[in-house]
Amino acid sequence: MLGLKKHDLSLLIIVAILTMAAPFLLNPFPTESGMAQFNAGYPDLMQKFVIFGIFAIGFNILFGLTGYLSFGHAAFLGVGSYACVWMFKLLGYNVLPGILLSIVVSGLFALLIGVITLRRSGIYFSILTLAFAQMSFALAYSVLSNPKFNLTNGETGLQVYADDPQWFHSDRLPDLPHLFGLSMRATHRMELGAWEFQFNVGYYMCAVIMLLCFYLAIRIFRSPFGLMLRAVKSNQQRMNYTGLNSRPYTLAAFVISGMYAGLAGGLLSAVDPLAGAERMQWTASGEVVLMTILGGAGTLIGPVLGAGLIKYFENIFSKINESVLHGWFGFLPDGLEDFVITLVYPFVGKGWHLTLGVIFMLVVIFLPGGLVEGGQRIGRLFRGKKPSGAAKSATTEPAE
Amino acid sequence: MDAIILQILNGLDKGSAYALIALGLTLIFGTLGVVNFAHGALFMIGAFCSVTLSKLLNLSFETVDPTQKDFLGNPLKVKTPYVESWFGPEVGATIIDWSVPLAILFAIPIMLVIGYVMERGLIKHFYKRPHADQILVTFGLAIVLQEIVKFYFGANPIQTPAPDALSGVANLGGALGLQIAYPIWRLVYIGFSLLLIFGAFAFLQFTTFGMVVRAGMADRETVQLLGIDIDRRFTIMFGLAAAIAGLAGVMYGPINAPNYHMGMDFLVLSFVVVVVGGMGSLPGAVLAGFLLGILEAFASTTWATTTIPGINQIIIYLVAIIVLLTRPRGLMGKKGVMED
Amino acid sequence: MGILEVKNVNKRFGGLQALGDVNLSVAENTVHAIIGPNGAGKSTLLNVLVGKLIPDTGSVMFDGQSVLGRKPYEINQMGISRVFQTPEIFGDLTVMENMMIACFAQRDGAFRMHAVGSMWSERDIVATAEDMLESMNLQDKRDMHSASMSRGDKRRLEIAMCLAQSPRLLLLDEPTAGMSRSDTNNTIDLLKKIKQDRDITIAIIEHDMHVVFSLAERITVLAQGTPLVEDTPEKIKGHPKVREAYLGESQVAA
Repeated sequence: MLGLKKHDLSLLIIVAILTMAAPFLLNPFPTESGMAQFNAGYPDLMQKFVIFGIFAIGFNILFGLTGYLSFGHAAFLGVGSYACVWMFKLLGYNVLPGILLSIVVSGLFALLIGVITLRRSGIYFSILTLAFAQMSFALAYSVLSNPKFNLTNGETGLQVYADDPQWFHSDRLPDLPHLFGLSMRATHRMELGAWEFQFNVGYYMCAVIMLLCFYLAIRIFRSPFGLMLRAVKSNQQRMNYTGLNSRPYTLAAFVISGMYAGLAGGLLSAVDPLAGAERMQWTASGEVVLMTILGGAGTLIGPVLGAGLIKYFENIFSKINESVLHGWFGFLPDGLEDFVITLVYPFVGKGWHLTLGVIFMLVVIFLPGGLVEGGQRIGRLFRGKKPSGAAKSATTEPAE
Repeated sequence: MDAIILQILNGLDKGSAYALIALGLTLIFGTLGVVNFAHGALFMIGAFCSVTLSKLLNLSFETVDPTQKDFLGNPLKVKTPYVESWFGPEVGATIIDWSVPLAILFAIPIMLVIGYVMERGLIKHFYKRPHADQILVTFGLAIVLQEIVKFYFGANPIQTPAPDALSGVANLGGALGLQIAYPIWRLVYIGFSLLLIFGAFAFLQFTTFGMVVRAGMADRETVQLLGIDIDRRFTIMFGLAAAIAGLAGVMYGPINAPNYHMGMDFLVLSFVVVVVGGMGSLPGAVLAGFLLGILEAFASTTWATTTIPGINQIIIYLVAIIVLLTRPRGLMGKKGVMED
Repeated sequence: MGILEVKNVNKRFGGLQALGDVNLSVAENTVHAIIGPNGAGKSTLLNVLVGKLIPDTGSVMFDGQSVLGRKPYEINQMGISRVFQTPEIFGDLTVMENMMIACFAQRDGAFRMHAVGSMWSERDIVATAEDMLESMNLQDKRDMHSASMSRGDKRRLEIAMCLAQSPRLLLLDEPTAGMSRSDTNNTIDLLKKIKQDRDITIAIIEHDMHVVFSLAERITVLAQGTPLVEDTPEKIKGHPKVREAYLGESQVAA
């Protein structure tokens, strides 16, 4: 079905069910309970999960398949964001033109940068993409926000003002981003006993788009084109001596992943119509690298998992403060309690970046296949299978 | 004329920081073939070595001075740094005042050890792994180091003033009839950097150790065949590169107050410097560092920024792109380094 | 007029004259061996033929067309395939995927955007790849990770991938280097069979005299970057200049 093999189809269906049921799954704790702060099922965060999922899926098409490590993908995210807000300013708050334009513009931008950076490979490529992204950031932050030619509105961030044309705006339409009149902010709240679940239009739109992106990514992975991209990663020398020109393949992968990033940027603007330059900063590029590697580069589901994990860390884990810790370790004798808290404290709350950095290093060192590989190893352990040759090939194949 | 010299000086002090970091990056890349994304973090740690030292020197004990009253009428508590009580108030105050230059001595062993541990403990295991993995693991390490510093020192910049004697403004060029007022410490920084750079080159050029290292950079296998333990020497070079970055950081404190992310900010530009200079070329790294620093200084003049707003922030990248499109190997890059 | 014509090729690396006035003509449908002591310029010559190096002077014509200045993949698309000294295959991929890449390259050329179709639904490609594996006795290893195979199997896979492209000229760079005696004999038999089954020209660079004399119809001896003699194997064996320059005092394999 859908041109997928059984294995991939079931993966797609599982992901579809999980994203559709996310408002339930991410809110396991009753609203009044002390654990409610660990609920992630609110619209703002759920939107981030799927939008950054798209970003990471796209990044993985480049890095996971071809092995080209781009440190500048945030530039495309930012370009997409700006493009979308510009559509709001010119045409009106319907998100569709904005999202389409963000894909087109970021694709063109990726083509331009790709043609230059892909003249090189390896470290050079990483550094070049990094430089380009930083330049784009500087352009957006200062150069393109002067009174004569204000494309980005600099530090303030690009947003819709009352005197913008908005040609297709009418009074019947919401004064916020919407899809044919359906506001992105519209949320249906459902009380169920002690629990409250929120169903948000913006989230479901992004989730459906993410599923489409995920489906497309599976198709690319399993296509002859995907095979060639894996060939690029495996052995470029052999590729050249097999009569294949690797350059257009990598360029195509670069542009596709740039378009994914642009789409993610457009969606960020669609759910919150404010585009700032900091989205293009290289730390943002680093974040998508972290997501992809953490989840499992070259696997299908890994990047989505990684994106979810990091966004959960950033928004939930970072809220753990000293009093929460005292609550947790209160059962310990006083001296021990303080000692444990002193040990744990640097890693939680505001220190979540430290935990992230440590986990990331551990994954790079011991689990090159990311969490997906970790899961597979644990799975094998339980089934009691020794990692045989066949199992080994299963982990390195872009399965799952 | 005055303005031009002033901008050249401005460029030299920024450029010397680039040059020092780029030099270390190139040393590591040339010897070990690793691109070290944590190199900026080493620069930052260097700066925090001087922060730490000045905190240590300012450790004080409290005494109650009954002769003086505070505003509530209670006897005044006076803080006296231990150093002042050990060496007498005058010598002690001088030591505290000179904490940044003193931090050089303090930082050298620390940076050497950090570099050594980093190479033996982590990077050694990545020689046989793909370049992407090396970038990733050092990137992760940079995050970890940065967050540790943030945890202990906070997120805000910490002032590390230069010694009083060196913190004024010097009037240069009086003899030539020019009016150039320039902060003394920045001149010290330029001088110090040049000294460090010449020191590094002299070390590589004139010592047997350096000769072996250079030979190893050119052809690792042959040197190993001669029965020389090149790996151990490369480890030491890693420590030295870390020390260079650290010292650049120590001395940079009085110019810009150190904060935990200063390393990352410098790292990105230093990479560009390395690429422009030519991957693997030590003179190229230094030359490109100074050139780009000067270029940036000229692009920061009011004239330039009013003509093209923000030009100062993108000039380096623009130049890098032009250089790479016209001279893919960089200014002084050798053939065959990082080419397809 | 041979299928491959090398005329007056010179190549210097700094002060070293790697190739000096090399003239070589490989006749169509023959096995032509190029031998010579270490440093004779064999590898340099090979790299010139496949476009990895560009000679300082001279011309290299393949089937009437110049190969100079073309990229390796373009030269490959002209009909020259190369087998490397250490087998170059796609180690991260399965044996079948390796084969399929070669088949795609043969059918679709240097680049084709084929991003949404499933590679397994390309029936003709799958069939050709499977046939090819079978003819090389690799069908049992179809889904194996190619990096985990033995060296002999890797070599056979590499040759199979080259043949899948129906090249007119197959270049082999010491194909039996580092192989056991039995693997070497298998490779010789394989190459003999390939020669029998197809219209193909084979140029082989080899150290192992046993391999050279079992396969070659003509032999060129290279010394210090210049061809010394070119003749049939029988004549080469007895040639005094060759003995002196290359075989030295030693054994001529039976």
